[in-house]
Amino acid sequence: MENKIEVRNFNFYYGDFQALIDLNLPIRANQITALIGPSGCGKSTFLRALNRMNDTISIARADGEVLLDGKNVYDPDIDVADLRHRVGMVFQRPNPFPQSIYNNVAFGPRVLGTAKKQDLDQIVEESLQGAALWDEVKDKLDKPALELNPGQQQRMCIARTIAVRPEVILMDEPCSALDPVATLHVEELMRRLAEKYTIVIVTHNMQQAARASDWTGFFWLGRLVEFNETTTLFTNPHQELTESYITGRQG
Amino acid sequence: MSRQQTQVLATWLISITAVVVILPIVLVVFYVVAKGIGTVNWQFLSQPPSNGMTEGGIFPALLGTVILTLGTAVAAIPLAVGAAIYLAEYAGDNRATRAIRLAIVNLAGIPSIVYGLFGLGMFVLFLNFGTSILAGALTLGLMTLPVVISTAEEAILAVPQEFRVVSLSLGASRWQTIRHQVLPHALPGIITGIILGLGRAAGETAPILFTVAAFYLPELPKSIFDQTMALPYHLYVISTQVPGMPLSIQYGTALVLLIIVLSFTLVATVIRTVMRRRRQW
Repeated sequence: MENKIEVRNFNFYYGDFQALIDLNLPIRANQITALIGPSGCGKSTFLRALNRMNDTISIARADGEVLLDGKNVYDPDIDVADLRHRVGMVFQRPNPFPQSIYNNVAFGPRVLGTAKKQDLDQIVEESLQGAALWDEVKDKLDKPALELNPGQQQRMCIARTIAVRPEVILMDEPCSALDPVATLHVEELMRRLAEKYTIVIVTHNMQQAARASDWTGFFWLGRLVEFNETTTLFTNPHQELTESYITGRQG
Repeated sequence: MSRQQTQVLATWLISITAVVVILPIVLVVFYVVAKGIGTVNWQFLSQPPSNGMTEGGIFPALLGTVILTLGTAVAAIPLAVGAAIYLAEYAGDNRATRAIRLAIVNLAGIPSIVYGLFGLGMFVLFLNFGTSILAGALTLGLMTLPVVISTAEEAILAVPQEFRVVSLSLGASRWQTIRHQVLPHALPGIITGIILGLGRAAGETAPILFTVAAFYLPELPKSIFDQTMALPYHLYVISTQVPGMPLSIQYGTALVLLIIVLSFTLVATVIRTVMRRRRQW
């Protein structure tokens, strides 16, 4: 199985505080990798390290390698904007721009200039279809995105992310602000998206990781305690810490 | 005194201070309108002064003020908005930035006559633009900078950080994010600042006194290197320098100037109110 991303000896610091300690793991292409662990264990920091969204924090510093298709994304010759174009992100809270649904989804291709004007309609439709939202919004594309319900907003944010045709999609607890039905929608959607994209999802919901992912990494205090296929990690964990966490005795 | 009585007294005192603040404005406007309204008509606006300025209208001065205000806009807007973007989006928190901010605050506090003298020394004499529209517009532009920079920076900073983060996460560069996400959302605030700044520039006398304003010109300016008449200076001239000036013309001129300046403020307020109501964050 091909590795889309390969993390090697990766450390991450906020000033003097080391948030991630010597991480080594593969992210498999066209699979869903879930990262679990208690709050503050570093899983979100790790996710943001993959597309360098942590760069905006001035005291943050990384060493080690994050190889995207074999190329270290922390190399000095990497164009960070181009990296984020390839490695997109969906955030915890649905965060539409205060604009129409159409303009939200079209924002990326428009600004990046990856699409001609006459192709935009098509891209918006495909992206909304890809996010399983098209049928619900096709008659109100010019309505403000903030009028959608939270579940729809989050799927619209996913559509906005896939509109720039990324290769990897990072999801930072994408369902934590959603109700169970909307959560199920997004999980089904992730399964479909994995056919085209590589997905990494951070979740504090262990059932979600067990249900929706192929691979799971368990983080604890900045270290990757265990990484394995999801079924193995949840049924037959090799580390005691993992077992006590997934059975609810720890964390 | 009981608590209720204190409460009533406090409410009264505070209301009185509010009235005292508003009263002069209301009185000035009312007085000028009452005295000037009879003079202001199309003839007054479209005719040049005649017979030693004691008759006729104010057209050259009105035109001059319009030209100077446009010139101020051209001189000040790009610089001010650029500076605001730099301060809000790019400047780090270091000594240089603090020095720039201090300079801007100080610029805002400089009396307008000092701007006039600086304009005379810098633009009229040193750069040899002469007493001209160019020198006047640059001087007014300089005076307008601080208020536009401050309001524009505030408007840019008020755009939620989340919009920038999302835009960056989609692969937009920093400048693309500013250009396509931050500035559109900050635009109403920036425009409000520009209009307020221009309103002040349109009404100022001191900065144009030595740099552009003419006592009386028989002809309209032909290029930016010509002098022009301007309303605030014209009002000063006909109020103090011309013997036997009819009061009606003085008040008519004051009314036109007042309307121009107040309409700038009004437009700015309307834009701000409408945009606040429409804003969704």
